[in-house]
Amino acid sequence: MSKSLKALAGLAAVAVLALPLAQATAEHKAGHKVAKASANATVKEQVAVPAWPQAPAQLGLGRVALPEEIAAWDIDVRPDGQGLPPGHGTAKEGDALFQEKCSTCHGEFGEGVGRYPVLSGGQGTLKADRPDKTIGSYWPDATTVYDYVRHAMPFGNARSLSNDEIYALTAYLLNMNDVIKDQDFELNQDNLAKVKMPNADGFYEDDRETAEKAFWNKNPCMKDCRPAPKVTGRAIAVDVTPDEKAGPKVD
Amino acid sequence: MSQKPTSDVLNRRRFLGAAGLSAAGLAGGGAMLPSLAAKAGEAAKPDPAITEIQDWNRYLGDGVDKRPYGMPSKFEKDVIRRDVSWLTASPESSVNFTPLHALDGIITPSGVCFERHHGGVAEIDPAMHRLMIHGLVEKPLVFTMDDIKRMPRVNKIYFLECAANSGMEWRGAQLNGCQFTHGMIHNVMYTGVTLKTLLEQAGVKPNAKWLLLEGADSAGMDRSLPLEKALDDVMIAYAMNGEALRPENGYPLRAVIPGWQGNLWVKWLRRIEVGDMPWQTREETSKYTDLMPDGRARKHTFVMDAKSVITSPSPQAPLKFKGRNVLTGIAWSGRGTVKRVDVSMDGGRNWYEARIDGPVLNKSIVRFYVDFDWNGEELMLQSRAIDETGYVQPTKAELRKIRGVNSVYHNNGIQTWLVHPDGVTENVEIA
Repeated sequence: MSKSLKALAGLAAVAVLALPLAQATAEHKAGHKVAKASANATVKEQVAVPAWPQAPAQLGLGRVALPEEIAAWDIDVRPDGQGLPPGHGTAKEGDALFQEKCSTCHGEFGEGVGRYPVLSGGQGTLKADRPDKTIGSYWPDATTVYDYVRHAMPFGNARSLSNDEIYALTAYLLNMNDVIKDQDFELNQDNLAKVKMPNADGFYEDDRETAEKAFWNKNPCMKDCRPAPKVTGRAIAVDVTPDEKAGPKVD
Repeated sequence: MSQKPTSDVLNRRRFLGAAGLSAAGLAGGGAMLPSLAAKAGEAAKPDPAITEIQDWNRYLGDGVDKRPYGMPSKFEKDVIRRDVSWLTASPESSVNFTPLHALDGIITPSGVCFERHHGGVAEIDPAMHRLMIHGLVEKPLVFTMDDIKRMPRVNKIYFLECAANSGMEWRGAQLNGCQFTHGMIHNVMYTGVTLKTLLEQAGVKPNAKWLLLEGADSAGMDRSLPLEKALDDVMIAYAMNGEALRPENGYPLRAVIPGWQGNLWVKWLRRIEVGDMPWQTREETSKYTDLMPDGRARKHTFVMDAKSVITSPSPQAPLKFKGRNVLTGIAWSGRGTVKRVDVSMDGGRNWYEARIDGPVLNKSIVRFYVDFDWNGEELMLQSRAIDETGYVQPTKAELRKIRGVNSVYHNNGIQTWLVHPDGVTENVEIA
């Protein structure tokens, strides 16, 4: 055994004794008579197990992010406009771009192709049996269009659009949804956050703890809780378990 | 909706076949159980499994050099993730399902943990991965993976449930198997650092209220997280079940947001911005908001409420034997620990407390069992979870009464399985 290995083995032995066998060690050191005569608690206090030095909250890891690095990654946009980059575009400019880069999936007017998302229409359908939730009918903030397109679109070629192109596409989508009426209206970093969306007031904070208070029930029924149940629906009758090509949508 | 008995039978056969169950007994329908029962009683003919020398008893098997990273037995080849192609427009922004019907205990094997991506699986070189923290902080910072692995570590077991789990079932019974109705969930042990530790390095300013978490994938998933939750129990993890995260689960770094909807658990995490208001990203406005009957929608419905499901018997795991059987399932709550699970065999008329076995942990799946005798009578099986806050898992009818059928997310209603006298089990709605 080399010197350093011996030293390590010694440390390990100390660690084993110090941690799980603290009391035994205390008794050994203090002598059996003392241990028997005095309360265990007192002995333990006298021979405290040395604690590892606590790591300070500041670990000295990582380095300061440079302004260029933050600028490269900080691309999010908030409803108050924070994060909007300089730039501008009109719906007319966006139309050409949309047909070239977006219409294959979303349709010429944002109506959606196949199962790809519908981006326009549906206003007034949120109480309907089958609501149509689009940018115009549902989204609360115009800035989200910019943020999302900038992060994730076109699907399969994200981060490929310039800031001006995203303003133009946002203008086109708002135009398709009748939020911006004028095709030549120039959307830019100063006015995008001021665009009022039709469903801006359509959302409220999670209220389950009050609206669904009845679900907190100290004594749920255990015996004779209901009349004999009848089957009212069967998955095998709906017939959409894998391999089927038609069925309901999930977001 | 087709009610034709012929298509029902065909569909049931095809589904059970796809799920990898032995078709032999099931194709014969009611014939299965008596024949199996008869076999159990017979002792006249010696069993060749005993009397004949098997290959594995005679010949050498693989050496230790053959399986440097082991896989399950070939006889378990059907215990896999499955997807439902009609759910989404593309497989890169889609979901697959954990094979709950075939698992036991509380830990989900990493290889079958369900996947939900919005831009496919990012394959990231960890040497090129960075985590940036900036915004309302004293000192904006960049960390490498090596930096993060030098910080104090924590290990925790949590469930991750997609907000849309069971979402296809809002209007009624749609998919025939708990893998499909409840399989957007997994439960693993995470290793990583607390987000609190990371934020302490940057120094959060007093006016900070929200964080933005953003992924490095092509969807650039971004979501707002309240600072209060971030400082409570959020982890930034680089390992699951003892090894590095799988690419499909966020390798090399992901957020772990205990008890809250899976969408917030940003994978391939590369950036945390500190701010004073939510960002209203697409994933917290267009998606993950819950439309109510009055046309308005709930937002910030973060917590996943108490829920449970019987995983066996279930449509993919029918009853095969009369007499002694084991019913098992899982329960979980985003509000804390599961206190109790009740099981009914008569569609909710009468309930009995199930036996929970294994670890009962905060915001983790628990495993429950009922050991019972079955004489071939029709059963309507249900389970009902109760968590430490006193929340009792509601019926689907109770949920629909408040929320309607268009809220998409957060369906934690009680599931009913109808067990037929031949053991075949199906997903039903009852009233």
